Amino acid sequence: MRRAGALPYLLILPSVLFLGVLFVVPLVQTALLAFQEGGTWSLGNWHRMADDLNFQDAVVNTFSVVLIVVPLQCTLALGMTMMLRHVQRGRDIILWVWSIPLGISDLAAGLVWLAILTDQGWLNTLLFKLGLISGPQAWLTYETPMVLLAGIIVAELWRATAIVFVILLAGVQLLPKEYEEAAEVFGASPWQRFWRVTLPLLRPSLQTALILRTVLAFEMFAMALALGGRNFPVLVSEAFNWQYGNQDYGVAASYAVLVMAISIAATLIYLVALRVPAEQRA
Amino acid sequence: MTPVWRRGLLWCGVAVLCAWTLVPIYLLALGAFGGREIVSQWPKPFLPLGLSLDTVGAFLAIDGVWRATWVSVQAAAMCMVLALLLGVPAGYALARFRFAGAGSYRLLILMTRAFPVAILALPLTVSFINLGLYDTPFGVALLHAVLAVPFATLVCASLFQGIPAELEEAAWVFGCSRFTGFLRVVLPLALPGIAAASIFAFVLSWNEVFAASVLTVRHRTLTAYLLSVLSESPLHVQFAGGLILIVPSVLFIFLVRRRLFAMWGIGNR
Repeated sequence: MRRAGALPYLLILPSVLFLGVLFVVPLVQTALLAFQEGGTWSLGNWHRMADDLNFQDAVVNTFSVVLIVVPLQCTLALGMTMMLRHVQRGRDIILWVWSIPLGISDLAAGLVWLAILTDQGWLNTLLFKLGLISGPQAWLTYETPMVLLAGIIVAELWRATAIVFVILLAGVQLLPKEYEEAAEVFGASPWQRFWRVTLPLLRPSLQTALILRTVLAFEMFAMALALGGRNFPVLVSEAFNWQYGNQDYGVAASYAVLVMAISIAATLIYLVALRVPAEQRA
Repeated sequence: MTPVWRRGLLWCGVAVLCAWTLVPIYLLALGAFGGREIVSQWPKPFLPLGLSLDTVGAFLAIDGVWRATWVSVQAAAMCMVLALLLGVPAGYALARFRFAGAGSYRLLILMTRAFPVAILALPLTVSFINLGLYDTPFGVALLHAVLAVPFATLVCASLFQGIPAELEEAAWVFGCSRFTGFLRVVLPLALPGIAAASIFAFVLSWNEVFAASVLTVRHRTLTAYLLSVLSESPLHVQFAGGLILIVPSVLFIFLVRRRLFAMWGIGNR
């Protein structure tokens, strides 16, 4: 670290300008757009958003997915992390396979699971061969909302557990082995070591993973469109429809602001609930 | 449990989780290469027996998909370049200097992560129409760079922090300027990490759906194209598009697999 006059400012200047023009300005514009109508302050957009038929479904669907998926992903990712700790041979390749979904978008994941869950898809083929169904069966319609929700949850679980896993594994690798060894010396069982030693030490990583994952889960929409079409509205897909289908930028902006508010609230809740003691901060 | 049992159980779990990741992609590939016939085939085959040159040819001949793929490649490449041009200098500044405002700059960078893309894409549609950037790969790249620049900055900052400043100072003693010192000493050492960061910038743009869909009409990126034809085009076209979306990502993750932690460990700070 040294002081060197103007140089650091010159180095960050391009990115500051860039983010100012393309991040801060649009952010403010959207916020203004959501609370204005015909050039004057108004809550009209919010009323139209809340009165829309799909609004309630979108809220319920979005929260159902997030509240079910995020805990499942954390559990699964923790399991994967603990398993990989005991693997020596082939660790590299397993790590790669398990991280593949990191590079897969929610749209692509939606298409993958569409191939499996569609009427004449591979799931039905399997069920047919097992003698559980007699022919092609539609799962992804409004008549089977629970199956549709389950399909989207499975697809989300498939796609986005990898990010939680990678963050947790990175955290585990930073933990000093001494704590666990000490616990072992004092006779703690593997289960006790996990709950009493490893998990509490992982809290900073868990917090990061939860924040990132929850914010991204609220943004999911292409997968819902791919699997459920119009039958499974979520908040961001509604923003998309208002902007794109109805050409109503005001209501779309209201949805965007709502998603942002929810994301910020979730982040704050995690920051408070999983408070990381100062000495544990990296 | 005896150790043998425990190892067996461990490897069963590992195998199940590997299959859980890979089998769905395999099934999508069957659908993509199966051609028109596979869409209505019942029951569906689990082995690629129906594959022929015809069906693979049909996959390669789906015109709209490849045109959209080309737009996606252009946008992602431009996004990558922007992320490097802006992220490398900013990362160097964060790593090597203590300056007033560094804290607020970091805050700006971190803030970009918490906001949904939708909130940026909506007003930018209007601005881009006025500027003539609407419906161009460059416009899409600009928006994707908003997401990629902060990421590249943080990754580069931690890369440069890992390279001892003494090496650079030695270069100055031997007559390098700050710039040539950076070019000849720091950059070669940081290059693998920077390459990984740019791959991430590429994949980020390649995968993004919302902004790409809102900002394009005729020159759609692959994600935007697939989203717009979801309810219209035959399933095998959608499967083909999905597969083209997935393949580069799988390769990229393979290339950067050793650096995944360095990338995401940054989230811990």
